[in-house]
Amino acid sequence: MTGDRERNRHAAPTRIWHWINLIAIVVLFMSGLNISNAHPYLYWGEWGFAPEQAWLEVPRFPGWMTIPGFYSLAKARDWHLLMAFPFAFGLLGMWIAMLWNGHFGRDLMTGKREWRWQAIRKDIFQHLRFDFSHGESKYNFLQKLAYGLVLGVLLPGMVLTGMAISPGMDAAFPWLLDIFGGRQSARSIHFLFAWGLFGFFVIHVALVLLTGPIGHLRSMTLGGDHQPANPPFAKTDTGDPA
Amino acid sequence: MSILMKRRAVLLGSGALMLGACSKIQQSDAGRGLFESVDDWHKGLQRFVRARDALAREYAPEDISPFFRGNGSTDPQNDGYPQHAANGFADWRFTVTGLVERPLSLSLDQIMRLPQRTQITRHDCVEGWSAIGQWTGPQLSTFLDLARVRDSANYIVFRCADDYTQGRYYESIDMIDALHPQTIIAHRLNGEPLPIRNGAPLRARVERQLGYKHAKYLTGVEAVASLDDIGLGKGGYWEDYGGYQWYAGM
Ligand code: HEM
Ligand code: HEM
Repeated sequence: MTGDRERNRHAAPTRIWHWINLIAIVVLFMSGLNISNAHPYLYWGEWGFAPEQAWLEVPRFPGWMTIPGFYSLAKARDWHLLMAFPFAFGLLGMWIAMLWNGHFGRDLMTGKREWRWQAIRKDIFQHLRFDFSHGESKYNFLQKLAYGLVLGVLLPGMVLTGMAISPGMDAAFPWLLDIFGGRQSARSIHFLFAWGLFGFFVIHVALVLLTGPIGHLRSMTLGGDHQPANPPFAKTDTGDPA
Repeated sequence: MSILMKRRAVLLGSGALMLGACSKIQQSDAGRGLFESVDDWHKGLQRFVRARDALAREYAPEDISPFFRGNGSTDPQNDGYPQHAANGFADWRFTVTGLVERPLSLSLDQIMRLPQRTQITRHDCVEGWSAIGQWTGPQLSTFLDLARVRDSANYIVFRCADDYTQGRYYESIDMIDALHPQTIIAHRLNGEPLPIRNGAPLRARVERQLGYKHAKYLTGVEAVASLDDIGLGKGGYWEDYGGYQWYAGM
């Protein structure tokens, strides 16, 4: 058991990345909403400049949702362009570390067995009963799926679409325009992925709060045992040995 | 309170503080210094991963957007501009001054007789929108060669005819962008003489940067060693009065 616990500790790179990323992403999201207020229309393809070409007219975001708390495209860009650095290089560092120290292959990569419908259904029902125990492995299937999507798709997607929006980066890497189908498509995907991350954030924090937030925060900050504590109203009568 | 509770309180508290602190940081000297260097980091990174003369994408004629939006000044009324517009810019002069061995003052006719470059490129505004247009004009490097720009020149300042609320518009780029093959002084858009809303009779195209660098209503360019004595010293109207980044490649 001690061995498991030792193995399931959050490695230092994970812990450092997690909190740097949190700060960066909150500032990027809130300054991004300020930027959105400058021209709240989203388009597909390379170009678009008027409401009648837009696929989405974005609502105006109020001051309490934005950085700074009043409309200023220049100041919002200052924050956004500053935090892009710890965000992007932090993510790169996290990927190098978790491929290097085995965290990715051991804890995040899903096995073939986990993709069986039986197993997935069991996991979903367990979650719906607020039972989050998951035996030997560090994360259960749904956690692996969520963390994998965030680390593998949404976060790198923000970096790549952010670069594709930048005319100076497009000259260096013209394929950025091709993979997203144009600069305005990249801008639309940047916006959609930002809200995808917001959705993850809400569920993620809710689940941390439900499953023993103090222990979680300690393990994500200092390392140590990370097993979730089920909330008092969880139903664990499945006969599951875990 | 246990040490863990304290830790949590510290974490949550610091989150709340951070948001309040943002505005404080941005107003402090250290904060301003930090923000002023951020565009330098982006410039350094972009130039590190990009060949010096890497081209912005050029598009096919069918990609041209049906209209090319004008923004900022779209119909200047100051200092005789309307009179120039009324007589078709026949007396317009474009000067090349500053750190050059042979200052120039050219008419539009003379400019049209120089070698021309035509390019179909995408224009990205800092606000977020984009439009695609075909631009024609001599490369800025052609003017700088004719005027024999001195080695001591580090920046090219675009001089313009349009007044904003705080004064005359101006912009600047460094020699890497000034000598870039796609940096042209355009007098045609989509095969027609440049419309007034897009900067008639002459405007800059700096294709690897955002729209506010593409100065309109050009009366000349000036080669300088430093931007300190130009305007308020930040290198452009929006940089001086709006707090925008001087390097606008992102
Ligand atoms: C390396 C990382 C990033 C870079 C380089 C980057 C770059 C940019 C740029 C250049 C814009 C301006 C787009 C425009 O002109 O309209 C922008 C907008 C925006 N960004 Fe980012 N960004 C990054 C990461 C993020 C992240 C992590 C989030 C949120 C979680 C985010 C949320 C937004 C939002 C909501 C907008 C406004 C979209 C719009 O309406 O234009 N960004 N970003
Ligand atoms: C107040 C906000 C947040 C809190 C309190 C929090 C807390 C935690 C905790 C306690 C864990 C460990 C879960 C476990 O051991 O079962 C964790 C993991 C994780 N969190 Fe967060 N988190 C927050 C925000 C975020 C954000 C904004 C993101 C990214 C968008 C994020 C991405 C992740 C990822 C990818 C993992 C898995 C790390 C790994 O083991 O590789 N978190 N978080």
